[in-house]
Amino acid sequence: MATVSLHPAGDYRTTYAADTTIFPTRNSRIAMILGIALLCLCPLLLGRWELSLMINIGILGIAALGLNILVGFTGQISIGHAAFFGVGAFASAWLHEAFHIPVWACIPLAGVITAFVGLVFGAPAARLKGLYLAIATLAAQFILEDFFARARWFTGGVAGRITEPLVLFGYAFDREESYFYVVLFFVVVMFVGAANLMRTRDGRALVAVRDHYLSAEIMGINLAYYRTLSFAISSLYAGIGGALYAHYLMFVSVEAFNILFSIQFLGMVIIGGLGSVMGSLMGAAFMVLLPEVVQGLADALSGGAIDRALKLGTSINYLREMALGAAIILFLIFEPDGLARRWRLIKAYWKLYPYSH
Amino acid sequence: MDLNLLVQLTLNGLIVGTLYGVVAMSFVLIYKASQVVNFAQGEFLLVGAWVCWWFLVDWQLPFWAGFLFTLVFMTLFGLVLQVVVLRPLIGEPVISVIMATIGLGIFFQALMKWIFGVFAKPFPPIFPVERVQVLGLEVQTVYLLSLGISLLIMLAFAWFFTSSKHGLAMRATAFDQQVAQSLGVSVPKVFAMSWAISAVVSAVAGVVVGVVNGVSSALSFYGIKVFPAVILGGLDSILGAVLGGIIIGLLENWAHYVDSQWLNWGNMFQIAPFYALVLILMLKPYGLFGTKNIERV
Repeated sequence: MATVSLHPAGDYRTTYAADTTIFPTRNSRIAMILGIALLCLCPLLLGRWELSLMINIGILGIAALGLNILVGFTGQISIGHAAFFGVGAFASAWLHEAFHIPVWACIPLAGVITAFVGLVFGAPAARLKGLYLAIATLAAQFILEDFFARARWFTGGVAGRITEPLVLFGYAFDREESYFYVVLFFVVVMFVGAANLMRTRDGRALVAVRDHYLSAEIMGINLAYYRTLSFAISSLYAGIGGALYAHYLMFVSVEAFNILFSIQFLGMVIIGGLGSVMGSLMGAAFMVLLPEVVQGLADALSGGAIDRALKLGTSINYLREMALGAAIILFLIFEPDGLARRWRLIKAYWKLYPYSH
Repeated sequence: MDLNLLVQLTLNGLIVGTLYGVVAMSFVLIYKASQVVNFAQGEFLLVGAWVCWWFLVDWQLPFWAGFLFTLVFMTLFGLVLQVVVLRPLIGEPVISVIMATIGLGIFFQALMKWIFGVFAKPFPPIFPVERVQVLGLEVQTVYLLSLGISLLIMLAFAWFFTSSKHGLAMRATAFDQQVAQSLGVSVPKVFAMSWAISAVVSAVAGVVVGVVNGVSSALSFYGIKVFPAVILGGLDSILGAVLGGIIIGLLENWAHYVDSQWLNWGNMFQIAPFYALVLILMLKPYGLFGTKNIERV
């Protein structure tokens, strides 16, 4: 994967610490801290609708980051991510209702449960790779979906399950304005966690497995262990994302976690950029905003001749799905490294302005 | 034990299984020729069936003409898809190619829903006789026709790959692209041809299913049912695809029988092939007839 470095020529990294740093320059660290501080002000400035969009971006971004660890960093394909997301959502609701564990503890626990479920389905990952694994996870998607519909004790069956809001020190996070901070907290923790994971031996081992698994094995990396580990980490992220989703919507329905949702996660990873931590968030933002843009376009055209001829208003859902499919294909053909690369190019352009090299 | 039901379900399984076999065959054709795993195979059935329905109902064409036009349309459809979407992705990692076909799948499924709606629509009646007696069992004519057409397609495949020049070129490309190229086979042409043939054959299966059950987006589920079949048979074996399809067709009907007689879990019909799929992948990932992939550095 080609990276555009912003370092001037001749600025070689001489220590491991400099090579593995998260923030290459002091300014990037300040920008990140300022950005997070600015986000903290959002509930005061933005309306509920914008906040709900941002909450969705955060929740889906966490799950997409998990998938990116699996697909982008380890090179394994999963077409069943939404099912794991669903396991997390139901697990959190079930833990709270069956064992009366407080919600703030349910969310990480749901992540752990999902990681174990991921381990079960990831077991084939130790032996399979590429498209065989893709097909195995496709089977996992259908089996888990069937399980959701069947296991009434866990999911509430077809009726779905009502969840309780997160309560901390007697304060209920049940509005967009307050839940935003919960999601922001988890986004920061999970993204810092992933960025740090990539600096450790384990993280680099995952990348080695992706880049050349035979060389990795020769260098002493246990392939089966790391492939399974990456599956578990990815499921952990999906589970925490799912749990946040459950306590945001306060209702989890069995049909929500279908294959189209799984494909949306894959789309986020592709569009954001394979193997890019921040790209996962960009991809999630793209996926959340895309339907809104389609809706906006349809609204702008409504009432006109085009609207009447093409039945835009009544078939908005299909238009969204088509936009999703088209976006995935167009990104693959024209920008295979995703929004993360585009972002780096834009940064490089301004850094080097007015000289392009 | 309801023996009558068992016989009926077995027959069902055979008929549906041969259809799975046909779809699996066209899936394997693409995989063998161009190493692309086509997650949009079910949408080929869907598009083919809707286009044929459109010719028959909106244009009031006789069946043979509408069917012929559908085949012509699907040839072009397969060619265009390969040239516009898949060709730029040659040499990209497996995940990109898989994602592109998934994207195609979603796109065309939504497009068909947009144009034709979500409700199943029946084909106009094609045969004067609805049912015939076979060995004491009442069988719908369309089922017999479906079995006949499937067998015909399989024979045509066998002839195409063993005796025709293009078929041999295709096999040569599947075996070794560089050697085939050096012998004068145009590899891009073979890729395009494999997509066109696959689209046409899938469309025939789509029309057959449409005539039996009506056309709806449920047709695209055949594209997913194809995975257990091809994995069981071996991803790159045409014969394996046919056998895998028949076995999966029988399996789901027998699972339905076991379920309806003893277990009463419901939905076994849909889900049993996927349990089988996981088992096969754990025990024998290269299937019954697939070539074992020996990894070299």
